[in-house]
Amino acid sequence: MKFDDEPLISGENLPIRPQHASPGRLERVLRAGGFAVTAEIAPPDSADPLEVYERAALFDGYVDAINATDGSGAHCHMSSVGMCSLLTRRGYAMVMQVSCRDRNRIAIQGDVLGAAAMGVSNILCLTGDGVQAGDHPEAKPVFDLDSMSTLNMLRGMRDDHQFLSGRQLTSPPRVFLGAAANPFAPPLDYRPLRLAKKIEAGAQFIQTQYCFDIERFRNYMDAVRDAGSHEKVFILAGVGPLASARSAEWIRNNVPGVHIPDTVVRRLRAADDQKEEGVQICVDLIQEMQEIEGVHGVHIMAFRQEHRVAEIVERSGVLGGRVPWHPGAALNN
Amino acid sequence: MRSWSVRHARGLTTIYAGVEAILVKLHPLLRRIGYARLEKPVFAVEKLAKGFLFDSQSCGQCVVGSTGLSCPMNCPKKLRNGPCGGVRMNGKCEIYADIDCVWVLAWEGNKRLKSSEYPIQFVQPAIDNRLAGSSAWLREVRSKVGSVSNEI
Repeated sequence: MKFDDEPLISGENLPIRPQHASPGRLERVLRAGGFAVTAEIAPPDSADPLEVYERAALFDGYVDAINATDGSGAHCHMSSVGMCSLLTRRGYAMVMQVSCRDRNRIAIQGDVLGAAAMGVSNILCLTGDGVQAGDHPEAKPVFDLDSMSTLNMLRGMRDDHQFLSGRQLTSPPRVFLGAAANPFAPPLDYRPLRLAKKIEAGAQFIQTQYCFDIERFRNYMDAVRDAGSHEKVFILAGVGPLASARSAEWIRNNVPGVHIPDTVVRRLRAADDQKEEGVQICVDLIQEMQEIEGVHGVHIMAFRQEHRVAEIVERSGVLGGRVPWHPGAALNN
Repeated sequence: MRSWSVRHARGLTTIYAGVEAILVKLHPLLRRIGYARLEKPVFAVEKLAKGFLFDSQSCGQCVVGSTGLSCPMNCPKKLRNGPCGGVRMNGKCEIYADIDCVWVLAWEGNKRLKSSEYPIQFVQPAIDNRLAGSSAWLREVRSKVGSVSNEI
């Protein structure tokens, strides 16, 4: 997809339009009313840049931005800032995830300045899983900030041009600020209000936890619309293919915050090819999401099935023929 | 006890506001005695009372007024702005399966308050780690009367 003010060098950031926070393509697509697609890249346990490039290329032409996770599940991988650094060089639109578990305010503000300097236009502020969930449970959890105070801090850097300390920045990070939401974790009746609070703290887009329970998600969105929040923030619903009924059961019992209803597990179990059924469920969910008022896109977390993301997006048809920018696109034109 | 306090959030909040109002009225006296001199004894009383009532962790910048009287510093992630996305389906903590999520309790407490707007919705700023182990009451009184708000 090309905008009418594309820079001369393909893949460079776009001019910042009035009322826009960032020069990024994700914000452009969302504000233009497009149904956006983002996907999570699998971070390598490696120092090889080629692995990062190969994993990103799987999404070429099918996603508007790529999320670089920050020690997801409290496991050690290549850092989000490292992956963003590599991929922005190639022109990819990145969502840099920032978790509060491993870094304090000094480190986070420094990383955000560095990331913005490298062309990162989107930052997703997360609390982060506890260290207990990961491969280094003996580590010291930091949690100097929480997701709200991080949003607030980064908004201050961007809009007031100052660090949390009040010290001035000479050039602010022009970033589109995002936050996570889990519509399925208790207290359920508080979750829509929590979303409103994140907007208050500075969130401009939301990427949700996996939404497998479409009924419950619709109820959540009803409450979100009643509060008017859908007009103040762009909501990307989290989806992903499940590999099998067994893996679905393992995930819902072991991964914090993931809710998978029995109906989905039963549907998988009844299928001849469970893996295919998992992909089909994902495609169906994406199509259903597009019909929900106030859902502005989907965020695909295809853990260990990243190679199927392009196919999933294609089959869902949600891009409606739109081809998001990717490095190869420059050659084709 | 922590659960009891949350269940009685409404009454306790009223009492709490009363104590605060009295302390604010006492400001001239407190100032004569000297806040620095009062810090230690007041902190001791505060720690005892809030420790008993709310399992307070004495962060020195108390926000239990916004949390339905559930001390957020008991959250293993030290979240001061609401529950994380990892809360178990039974309302227990993501990290310690046998303790209640402090924010699930906080929301219960909030629903018992009579204010029209939930104080839990107020975005708490980043914590000042220097204030841990000092009196939040005295700091609150000084900020209410408009003198040096964040001085230790």
